Amino acid sequence: MKLKIKTFGIARDIMGGKEVEIEIGGNTVSLLRSSLLKKYPELENLRSLFIAVNQNYSEDTTQLVESDEIALIPPVSGG
Amino acid sequence: MIEITTNPIDRNKVIIAAETSEAGAMNAFIGTVRSKTSEKKVIQLEYECYEPMAIKEIEKIINVANSRWPILKVAISHRIGTLKIGEDAVVVAVSTAHRKESFEACQFIIDSLKQTVPIWKKEIYEGGEEWISAHP
Repeated sequence: MKLKIKTFGIARDIMGGKEVEIEIGGNTVSLLRSSLLKKYPELENLRSLFIAVNQNYSEDTTQLVESDEIALIPPVSGG
Repeated sequence: MIEITTNPIDRNKVIIAAETSEAGAMNAFIGTVRSKTSEKKVIQLEYECYEPMAIKEIEKIINVANSRWPILKVAISHRIGTLKIGEDAVVVAVSTAHRKESFEACQFIIDSLKQTVPIWKKEIYEGGEEWISAHP
């Protein structure tokens, strides 16, 4: 499946765009994570990396559909 | 009141939004941009935000706080965009019947906000820039 990923902060610098597309051979967040790490190995160096699905933090087992709003959440630093 | 704004935060507006005649206490936290980080001289901070999710995460924090303390009103304003030294980045105000609960709830809210709300800051200092907390 082909997914559109919103990027923020340092993840956007690493991935080179506000929104990137990635093709994965399955439908779980854990597969999306491993595909992203393979394509953008620098993401591995971050303190944490969460994936938000439809504006909520997801679990590794969360299942995805192509219409989901997916965002990559590098370590937050608000306040 | 929950607000994410590119304009300077109006402290009074946040405090007034948390006022109620039932309150015997209001605690306000103001987070500001400091001039130094370790030995680096900071020029400005750039904040960005995943706004719809940030609002939802702030609402979740307020829901948890409401379940732990008898909060009367809460108001939160977070600034995004480019901030200069000394400007307010975030203002949180919590009103309760008694002061102890307002201190505790306000600290919980700002601590949680820093952990879960999708807002990021980049420090622009003399000679470079860095996304804060990105690396271990």
